[in-house]
Amino acid sequence: MNETKISIKDMNLYYGDFHALHDIDLDIKANEITAFIGPSGCGKSTLLRSLNRMNDLVEGCKITGDIRLDGEDIYRDCDVNLLRKRVGMVFQKPNPFPMSIYDNIAYGPRTHGIKSRVKLDEIVETSLRHAAIWDETKDCLKKSALSMSGGQQQRICIARALAADPDVLLMDEPTSALDPISTAKIEDLVLELKKDYTIVMVTHNMQQATRVSDTTAFFLLGDMIEVGDTESLFSMPKDKRTEDYITGRFG
Amino acid sequence: MNESALKQRSGWKNLRENIMHGVFFVCALASILAVALICVFLFANGLPAMKEIGFLNFLSGTTWRPGNDIYGILPMIVGSIYITAGAIVIGVPIGLLTAIFMAFYCPKRIYGILKPCTELLAGIPSIVYGFFGMVVIAPVVLDVAKACGANISSGATILSASILLGIMILPTIIGVSEAALRAVPNSYYEGAVAMGATHERAVFSVMLPAAKSGVLAGIVLGIGRAIGETMAVIMVAGNQPRLTASLLDGIRTMTANIVIEMGYATGLHREALIATGVVLFVFILLINLCFSVLKRRKDA
Amino acid sequence: MTSEATKTTGTAAANAKAQPKKMYGRTKARVQKGLVYAAAVITFAVLLFLIAYILINGIPHLKPSLFEWTYNSDNVSMMPAIITTVEMTLLALVIAVPLGLFTAIYLNEYAKRGNKLVNVIRITTETLSGIPSIVYGLFGMLFFVTQLHWGYSLLAGGMTLAIMILPLIMRTAEEALMAVPDTFREGSFGLGAGRLRTVFRIVLPSAMPGILSGIILAIGRIVGETAALIFTAGTMAQIPGLLQSGRTLAIHMYVLSGEGLHMNEAYATAVVLLAVVLLMNALSALVAKKLTKK
Repeated sequence: MNETKISIKDMNLYYGDFHALHDIDLDIKANEITAFIGPSGCGKSTLLRSLNRMNDLVEGCKITGDIRLDGEDIYRDCDVNLLRKRVGMVFQKPNPFPMSIYDNIAYGPRTHGIKSRVKLDEIVETSLRHAAIWDETKDCLKKSALSMSGGQQQRICIARALAADPDVLLMDEPTSALDPISTAKIEDLVLELKKDYTIVMVTHNMQQATRVSDTTAFFLLGDMIEVGDTESLFSMPKDKRTEDYITGRFG
Repeated sequence: MNESALKQRSGWKNLRENIMHGVFFVCALASILAVALICVFLFANGLPAMKEIGFLNFLSGTTWRPGNDIYGILPMIVGSIYITAGAIVIGVPIGLLTAIFMAFYCPKRIYGILKPCTELLAGIPSIVYGFFGMVVIAPVVLDVAKACGANISSGATILSASILLGIMILPTIIGVSEAALRAVPNSYYEGAVAMGATHERAVFSVMLPAAKSGVLAGIVLGIGRAIGETMAVIMVAGNQPRLTASLLDGIRTMTANIVIEMGYATGLHREALIATGVVLFVFILLINLCFSVLKRRKDA
Repeated sequence: MTSEATKTTGTAAANAKAQPKKMYGRTKARVQKGLVYAAAVITFAVLLFLIAYILINGIPHLKPSLFEWTYNSDNVSMMPAIITTVEMTLLALVIAVPLGLFTAIYLNEYAKRGNKLVNVIRITTETLSGIPSIVYGLFGMLFFVTQLHWGYSLLAGGMTLAIMILPLIMRTAEEALMAVPDTFREGSFGLGAGRLRTVFRIVLPSAMPGILSGIILAIGRIVGETAALIFTAGTMAQIPGLLQSGRTLAIHMYVLSGEGLHMNEAYATAVVLLAVVLLMNALSALVAKKLTKK
């Protein structure tokens, strides 16, 4: 069993008066892939975005309870930019910046103070290799990232997140905007990345959860209904609602 | 694992963020400061004169004779309203119909040429419009009026100024009305046509009424432009400070009054001119208010 | 009228009854269509005529002597006015662009939604954009020229114009910032970049075409402005220093046409003004097109 990377305790989240997440308790293990599943609006993306405090950008969002990364409280006495450097994020829709592929990848390291060209070149190459897109991009690093296909853009975004040298990678439905072939490539990549990173992934695709994740958590209407290792959760869910959901009776 | 790996450690960065946040905030206050300064300086310099002349005497006096210290700006107020009304009579129908053309009749290929043209119309400096009015519109008005038997010696008349201002407010009317017409959901049009209405009927009896408050906002904006226009009016309106009913007489607007006499005015005369500016400013504020009310209603 | 339309198509009986009315409706439609086309023709014919008239009468008078360095009563050269116009434009932009852009950044990137101050700023900006240039001129005269003792000067004129174009710069910049997708901001924040870096490295570059096209429009307004400058920058025909009076092209044209002695030169100045405006409009459209292409 791997050690705990992120621990969430008694966590509640409110958007203004709306109570979006109720008493979440969850440990996320290092070098595992944890999947959040559940119908849309269940709070799974909200929880994911709490892990690197992207919810800070939402007005009226309030969080109580305790979220710790390697034992350190990420909401108190914490530099949010350092947190986000360590907890990278890949978004639902590929969102490369409107600049060259090279500059996209180098954005993170440059943000965190790396200026040396040699060092940057090295980071760009390893990140792109890591994200399995080096071969497709090595001859056109100066080209606009927006000229690539959707699947390539998403892998560039993954490389961009890796370039900031995180320990944890949050992925918010990273394949929902992609075709099946690109999706398969991303899934292979994610399994590969597991060796070096802790990955938390939101997905609305249950097959995807079974294919890639080690642990799955099921959410419904702001509650975490059930969590367990993926195989047992899908083969013998303990909760009736989980069963209804994974057998397609609602959602 | 380093215990304080997440602790705040980039103090310099934070300082920079905070300083720039402050800079942006202070800049954001600039427009408030500007409006406040404009109000304070106009009112502080204009109101004393109004008080000295007598508020009512100033606003309702029909004689403007600075040489004798008689300052009544009613002729100028009427002049501004007169010419603005004329501009509306000429500019609104043409502008609105052109907006309808742009929104519902114009082939796409031509639209790509005509749209920049309306923007160009808005971009031409008022001094060029005024010059054009002086060398083309005024002489034509004079000739036509003479041919019709009118006994006038100059083409610098209310009519010329109205025509010129009517042209000048076209881009405002066209721009705002077209945007309002385009904002009407296409389903209205489809609904009307599906009931057997002709294109014209759908446009005039469904789309136009639906865009009413936007079109009105455009007209109000046009009124604001017309009443505040200065240089072009000076060159074609004749600038006689008098009350007149004839379209073929010259007249002076509030804006013209300021520019023509400010250059050499001193003492109470100068303050009376600033007070004229205050009256104009109040007019504009009221018009702006109407515009924002209409705009809010449109957005709602 | 709408209800009429509903009635006529409501039932067959009503339809039959409305038959004569429909005939009337057809003529009406024809008239309406005719009016629409007539209005469009008038609008664009006037524009075309105005431009053609100025060009035809002005271009023959664009003599090289009009571009000599000094102005005197024998040769009313427009060169000092051209240089003054450039100086004035730069001065006004130097002040108004940072102010307007930073205001837009504050409103769009920093201020919380529903912030009262934001509403006040919006209202004041709307007010500023409705104020006629002569009122700006009066204010400039009272504040910069008299109160601050700058006299008729480039600086007083430039400051006045800066306030005048501020709402234009601000509005176009804000629209351009709003058009930048939030996913870019999220991506940048997600990599641990602060707000400042996100704004300057990601948001501003994406919004640049929109901001530029606003600035170009503002240049057009500055170049064409007269009423705000007569009593702030004055009408001296010289190449001014910061605290000296100078006349821009538009004022030059006003003075020439007012005197009535130099109509040909006024025409020529009008040509130059029109050319600048045409160029600015074309540039602005070009830049805006680049924006939509992306």
